[in-house]
Amino acid sequence: MPEVQTKYRKKRLDRGIKARVDTIFAVASYGDLLYLLLPRALPVLGLLILPLLLTGYWGKVLVYTCVYGLLALSWDFMASCGLFSLGQALFFGFGAYFAGTLNHYFHLPPAVTLPVATMGGGLLSAALLGPVVRLRGVYFAMVTLMLPILLRKMIDTTGVFGGAHGISRLAPFPSDLLAAYLAVLVFLFCLFAFRRIISSDYGLVLIAIRDDDRAVMSGAINIYSRKIQALFISGAVGAFAGALMTHHYQFLGMSAFALDYSILPVAAVALGGQGTFAGAALGSLILVPLSEALRALGGLRIAIYCGILIVSIIVLPEGVFHYVARKYHQFERVVEVK
Amino acid sequence: METAKPMSLLVYGIINSVILALYAAGFSLTYGISGIANFSHGALYILSGFTAWNFMYAAGLPFYLAAPLSVIITAALGFLFYWVLLLRIRGIPLAELIVTFAAGVATLELLMWKGFYGIRYSLPLFMRGGVEIGMVAVDYQRVFILGTGVLLVVLLWLFVHHTKIGLAFRAMAQNERTALSVGIESDWIGSLSLSFGSALAAVAAMVVLPLGMMESAIGLEVLIYALAVAIVGGLESTLGMIVGSFIIGFGQVAAARYIGAKWMIIVPLAAIVLVLVVRPSGIFGKYKELEERV
Repeated sequence: MPEVQTKYRKKRLDRGIKARVDTIFAVASYGDLLYLLLPRALPVLGLLILPLLLTGYWGKVLVYTCVYGLLALSWDFMASCGLFSLGQALFFGFGAYFAGTLNHYFHLPPAVTLPVATMGGGLLSAALLGPVVRLRGVYFAMVTLMLPILLRKMIDTTGVFGGAHGISRLAPFPSDLLAAYLAVLVFLFCLFAFRRIISSDYGLVLIAIRDDDRAVMSGAINIYSRKIQALFISGAVGAFAGALMTHHYQFLGMSAFALDYSILPVAAVALGGQGTFAGAALGSLILVPLSEALRALGGLRIAIYCGILIVSIIVLPEGVFHYVARKYHQFERVVEVK
Repeated sequence: METAKPMSLLVYGIINSVILALYAAGFSLTYGISGIANFSHGALYILSGFTAWNFMYAAGLPFYLAAPLSVIITAALGFLFYWVLLLRIRGIPLAELIVTFAAGVATLELLMWKGFYGIRYSLPLFMRGGVEIGMVAVDYQRVFILGTGVLLVVLLWLFVHHTKIGLAFRAMAQNERTALSVGIESDWIGSLSLSFGSALAAVAAMVVLPLGMMESAIGLEVLIYALAVAIVGGLESTLGMIVGSFIIGFGQVAAARYIGAKWMIIVPLAAIVLVLVVRPSGIFGKYKELEERV
């Protein structure tokens, strides 16, 4: 008989500040107020100040981060109604090509092309993926993976919209600062708007579709039309990211459908944690600057994203954000097992 | 010459279809048995090509030794892949998909980074020259592909119907829990199915790759075609896989002949959209699969 040893376990206690529901708090002091406000206000303030501090190369990285962040947010939005996509590049490419061609062939300024590309990209993605929303999980992912790659090949072989060479010298934004602020503001807007949408009744239905679509159907809700609406919203956000990037780069090419734009959002969400949007934002805020720092490695970047993706799915399946949030909201102490 | 045209359409259509079926066979097998959508299929295909190339030009082995060796190594890789990575996330389809896809893309990018592209990297033909089949000149390599395709289908059929492991495969495919209760270990069969799928990808690579040069981009292409065939034909049925590859294969050759070679790429896309609109479970998908997919 082995000797009976004392064992210890971690006991977790919620901090007393939360009163029953996630959105209702019992605030007793300024300390409590700060405890609640800081994690929300600090990143927002930081992102609003950063465009003033960062210029030149790192200013571009900031725009990059926000663009990828938008893609990650749109991925997370689709995923919250059960549409798992491996082709965020599709939305990005639609937006880029809408904005680029409107600017090149009709000489419209960015103030016109950006909204048109956003709406057009959203509509086109909803229309193109409309027949496919009946598919679930893996099957939907397969179709979304194929579409951008096939479209890229089509542009390459048929030579439409500049073909393999692309279109350069598009109209830029009036200033880099404006572009940076546009990216940051839209990113923050989408982050908080998505969080609001998902916790409203409308978002509840979307989450229910992900969890059990048959139950939702039996509640006399047309799940296909809801899924198409979600597609439109995330397609529009992705298309905006593409349009912004096109004008910022002043270049439109096949690279808009590149694998980067599909992989990185998934990697960001997998790293940050799915379902809260804050996780997606956090993931892209970590990943994109990191990948810029790793730019010296050149072609290995995508391989590194993939490595991060695999490791984070296997080691920390819940994501960094959920982990940090849990640590922030709970005390931990070691107690003896009796 | 007028009679030769439809004849060549027929011959090259069949050859193209068999190539597509070879691409899709491994993917379909793995998915049908264990439910793992192996998105690293294309990467394994191209990786086995490079393994064979390295055996031939770095180690100096002849092709008839290098090819089986690389098939075996690819099979072992698939086996390891299951035990090292997939085992930890088994049963979460989305995580499986992301991990296999990420592993595949990482492999392709690594190969690209190492500089594996260009005319230098190609596998040798088995035999030069060609024959005429019904007034259409066909080179021996394509005849060989045809033969391999037919042989593989026959061997696979015999294997899954008349060997113990094959029967266990089918048991897993039909009902995992019942298979478990009669002593078929699902992890063991799952890893074997992945390694068989990888081996099939490697066999396809050994016979198809000599037709052109090797580059990483082909990996994604192979994956795309395998997926297209699987979606059109219905994932789980072998007959569906064959019919699906024939539809896309003939469609491509016909499109190249009558509209122009650059429109070949439209065919899989159009076929997928059409099939999904008309019959979402694929042409040979059964109602059970309909439930899972739609």
